[in-house]
Amino acid sequence: MKYLVLLIGEGDLPPWDELSSQEQAAGMEKFGAFAAACGARDGVSILGGEALAPASAATVMRTRGGALSLTDGPYAESVEQLGGFYLIEAPDLDTLVELLRLLPPFDIQICPVVDIDG
Amino acid sequence: MTADRYAVALQRVVRDDWSRLASSLVGQFRRIDLVEDALGDAVEAAARTWPRDGIPERPSAWVLTAARRVILDRLRAEAMHRRRRPLLVSDALMYAERTTSRADPGDLVDDDRLRLVLMCTHPALDPDAAAALALRLVLGVSTRDVARLFLVSEPTMAARITRAKRKIVSAAIPFTIPPLHALPGRVETAAGVAYLAFTAGYAPASGSDLVRSEIAGEAIRLVRVMLDLRPGEPVLVALLALMLLQHSRRDARVGPDGELVLLPDQDRSRWQRDEIDEGLALLASLEKACPGGAGEVPAVSRQTAAYAVQAGIAAEHARAAEAGDTRWDRIVRLYDALVDLGAGPSAELGRVVAIAEAQSPRAALELLAAIPLPGSHRVPAVRAQLLQRCGDAEGARAAYLEAIALCHNETELTFLRNRVAELADPD
Repeated sequence: MKYLVLLIGEGDLPPWDELSSQEQAAGMEKFGAFAAACGARDGVSILGGEALAPASAATVMRTRGGALSLTDGPYAESVEQLGGFYLIEAPDLDTLVELLRLLPPFDIQICPVVDIDG
Repeated sequence: MTADRYAVALQRVVRDDWSRLASSLVGQFRRIDLVEDALGDAVEAAARTWPRDGIPERPSAWVLTAARRVILDRLRAEAMHRRRRPLLVSDALMYAERTTSRADPGDLVDDDRLRLVLMCTHPALDPDAAAALALRLVLGVSTRDVARLFLVSEPTMAARITRAKRKIVSAAIPFTIPPLHALPGRVETAAGVAYLAFTAGYAPASGSDLVRSEIAGEAIRLVRVMLDLRPGEPVLVALLALMLLQHSRRDARVGPDGELVLLPDQDRSRWQRDEIDEGLALLASLEKACPGGAGEVPAVSRQTAAYAVQAGIAAEHARAAEAGDTRWDRIVRLYDALVDLGAGPSAELGRVVAIAEAQSPRAALELLAAIPLPGSHRVPAVRAQLLQRCGDAEGARAAYLEAIALCHNETELTFLRNRVAELADPD
C-alpha cells in the first residue's frame, strides 16, 4: 500500500523560517528520527520525499479549449503552505499515522495511491 | 405458525451472531466492502430455503458458509474482470486484494469483534458514516432502519455506508487492535460514535416520529457489545449508564396521540425500572472505580466525565418519585460541572432550565439571553415557558411564535402550537 503524505501546514508551529537555528535543528532531528523509524519498521519504506520551495515559486499549468495558460502561485489556497511530501510504502493507515507522529506536528494530508496495475 | 419459526430462527442469527459472522468474514477476506452484501445475500437465501429444507442444525454456521460462498464468487468474478480489462481504472481495481499483517501486541484479548468495532469507528471516517456503518456491520441493523434513524432516504444511507466501506479499503484502515497506548483514544472514539447513533434516535431535527426508540436501542446494544469486549472501560460504563437512564423514559415521553410529554408531566410508572436500576448501578460502580466524581476534578477523561455527569443528571430525575421531589439544586451543580467540561450551549440551556426550578423563572430569564444558540427553536421555547410562568402572557406568546418559526419537528411543533392555544384560552 503506497501513500502520498503531504505536509500541508505548520499547524500550531510557527513558520519554519521564524524558528531559531536551534529549533530548526531540533525539527531536522525529528525528520531523521522519522526516517530511521520507517527503515526499522517491517513493511514500511520511504520511496521518495522532498521539501518544497514556497508557494510563491509555484506555477499552475492549465489547458482550456486546447490553449495552455500558466499562472503564478499555487493551485488552491489550501496548498499555499505545502512544505514537502513523502511517498511511503506502509501496510496500513494506523502504522503510517503512528510513524508520522515522529515528525514535527504539521498538518498532514494522507492520500492513498491507487494501484492501477491490477 | 411454522413460517414464524423460521423467521424467529433467522432473526436470532441476525440479532445475536451478526457481529461474530461479520468479523470472522472480514478477518478471513479483509474485504469489508464485500462482507455486508454477502451476509445480506446469505440471510435472504436462508429466508428462502429454510422453510423448504428445514432449519439447519447450526443456523449461524449455515449463514456463514453461504456468505463465504458469495464472497468467493465475487472475488472470482473480480479476478476474471481484471484479466479481461487490465488497464481499466475503476473501483474494482482499487479493491485489489491486500494482505494486512495482523500484528497485535500479545497482551490484548485476541478478538475479531473488537477489531471490527474499531475498524467501523475509525477516526479517519466521517462520524455519521461511522455510526451508520457500525450499526449495519456490527449489529446487522438493516440499511432501511439506519436511514430512518438518521432521517435520510434509504439510497442516501446506502451511498453513505458504501463510501465509508470504500474509504476503509482504499485507505487501508487496518483490521487490528491498536497498541495499548493508542487503544483508550480509539475506544473513546467508538463510544462517541455509539452516542451519536443514540442521540440521532432521540433528538430528530425534523420528521414526524419523536422517539425512534427501538432503533436508538440498537446503539445501546452496540455499547453492550463493546463493554463485553472491554469490561469496566470507564468511558463505556459511563455511556451505558447515560443511555439506559435516558432510554428508560421513552414510553412516557410520548402521549396517547403521539404528542410530546415533558419530564414534569410524564407518568413515571411508565419508566423502565430495570433499566434505571442498571444505569444507577453502573454509575455507582464508576464512582467506586474512579473517585473524584461529578463536579470535581475528574480522574477520567473529559469525555468520560461528560457522560458521567449527564448520567448523573438523568439519575437525579430517575430517583425522584414525583416531579416535585426532584433535587434541582443538585441538578444545577451537575450542569455547572458539565458547562465547565466544555459541553457547549445546550448544556448552558439545560442549566438555565434547572435554575428556573431551583431558584426562579426570573433568575433563569436573565441568564437565557447570554446563550449563543442562533437559529435554534429551543432558546425561544424555553424563554416562552419562563415568561409564561412570570405572568407575561404577551411576551410568552411572541416567544412561542418565534420558536414555531424556527422548529422543523412535527411533534415539537404540535407541542408549541398547543401552548400558544393555551395562552389564548387558559382553560
